[in-house]
Amino acid sequence: MSVIRILFSYLIFPGFLFTSVVGLFLTWIDRKVTARIHWRVGPPWYQPYADFLKLLLKETIIPEGVSKVLFLLAPVLGLVAMSILAVMLFSMNMDPGSTFVGDLIVMIYLLALPPLGIMLGGSVSKNPLASVGVSREMTQYFAYELPFLITMASIILKAGGSIRFGDIIIAQQASGPFLYSISGVIAAIVILLSTQAKLGFVPFDMPEAEQEIMAGPYIEYSGVAFAMYRVVRAMMLFLLPLFLISVLWGGFGNWWAIPKFLLIVVLIVLIKNTNPRIRIDQSLRFFWLGIGVLSIAGLILAVYGL
Amino acid sequence: MANAKLWGLKKSPWVFHVAAASCNNCDIEILDVITPRWDVERFGIVLVGSPRHADALLVTGVLNRKSLSRVLRVYEQTPKPCLVICIGTCTCDNHMFATSYNVVGPYDKYLPVDVYIPGCPPKPEAIISGVVKALKRL
Repeated sequence: MSVIRILFSYLIFPGFLFTSVVGLFLTWIDRKVTARIHWRVGPPWYQPYADFLKLLLKETIIPEGVSKVLFLLAPVLGLVAMSILAVMLFSMNMDPGSTFVGDLIVMIYLLALPPLGIMLGGSVSKNPLASVGVSREMTQYFAYELPFLITMASIILKAGGSIRFGDIIIAQQASGPFLYSISGVIAAIVILLSTQAKLGFVPFDMPEAEQEIMAGPYIEYSGVAFAMYRVVRAMMLFLLPLFLISVLWGGFGNWWAIPKFLLIVVLIVLIKNTNPRIRIDQSLRFFWLGIGVLSIAGLILAVYGL
Repeated sequence: MANAKLWGLKKSPWVFHVAAASCNNCDIEILDVITPRWDVERFGIVLVGSPRHADALLVTGVLNRKSLSRVLRVYEQTPKPCLVICIGTCTCDNHMFATSYNVVGPYDKYLPVDVYIPGCPPKPEAIISGVVKALKRL
């Protein structure tokens, strides 16, 4: 019985199926809001599902001389990581007591797996544009991960030095969300911008810049494998704002989480639509010198309890 | 299963732009179709950068000895099923280049063309109506 329950939670709710269906709906919200900003009508609500279905039923081409196993398994890496992350986030928000020591570290590693899958898939696909995309993705990863980890340290400090995810939620339920303090606002800005970079949305979309390197690491992917990459992206669009709400805005155990969640998603889409793409060296400088210094300031403020 | 495949293909045809040595007018008209004014994302049509992601190839320009092998190669790189949509009078009957030594003729000698859209260049409305006809024929 418990095996069936575990399988149900990983595969259906809140794991793979639920997260991907909601995530694909969120990509529709992204496209529709983008369209309204352009004064267009935009696609109908079933558009992401039609795209997904079409890609599933199309031919999957594997380029000549490419390792079949690595090429097809690279997208699965991100898919599995995001399904596990969904289960962890939901179970700990519904029942903060189900936490274990070091699960925050596990979550940070799970968030690192989708970019790793993209790098792996891009570098086995034997395409010069894909290699350029992979090298940018790698640089980008090192750029946003540093301020993200420093901010995580400040959140751990605020939760009384515990690296258990449930303790962060319990601490916020006891004494108000971490967001309502100076270091909390700084942490929210840093996590929001690294979310933007993790999702590959516009100011930080150099890894798959359509106009210069076509689709970057995805360039050789077609059919089912490409559909999986798109689903991973959609799941991240659902899970990263939830992660932000859990660590800073008091968790999503109640219905207030829905307006908070939609606010964060629309904010991400607005940032995406009102900014030009920056170069990879500008991104590195922005994240290490600008946002990095900001996150260290947030860490110092968190040490003094501000 | 076949119905689902057809529905998906009809509702989200992603297009790849194959500019096979055209004079650029047809290309500019294609870019017009994608602008907010005509907004073809209503029908799920998105311009993609790689033939691997494409469901329809928008071919422009008169087919000559140099571009023939490239066009065939792009067609082979596209996952099937895919549509071939030829845009401009040049693609239909070689237009004013018909007597040139370098021209190897209309596209249906080499590729399974689904729809020809005449015009020099065709208006955006004509391109949209041609794509709709190609999708209805599926």
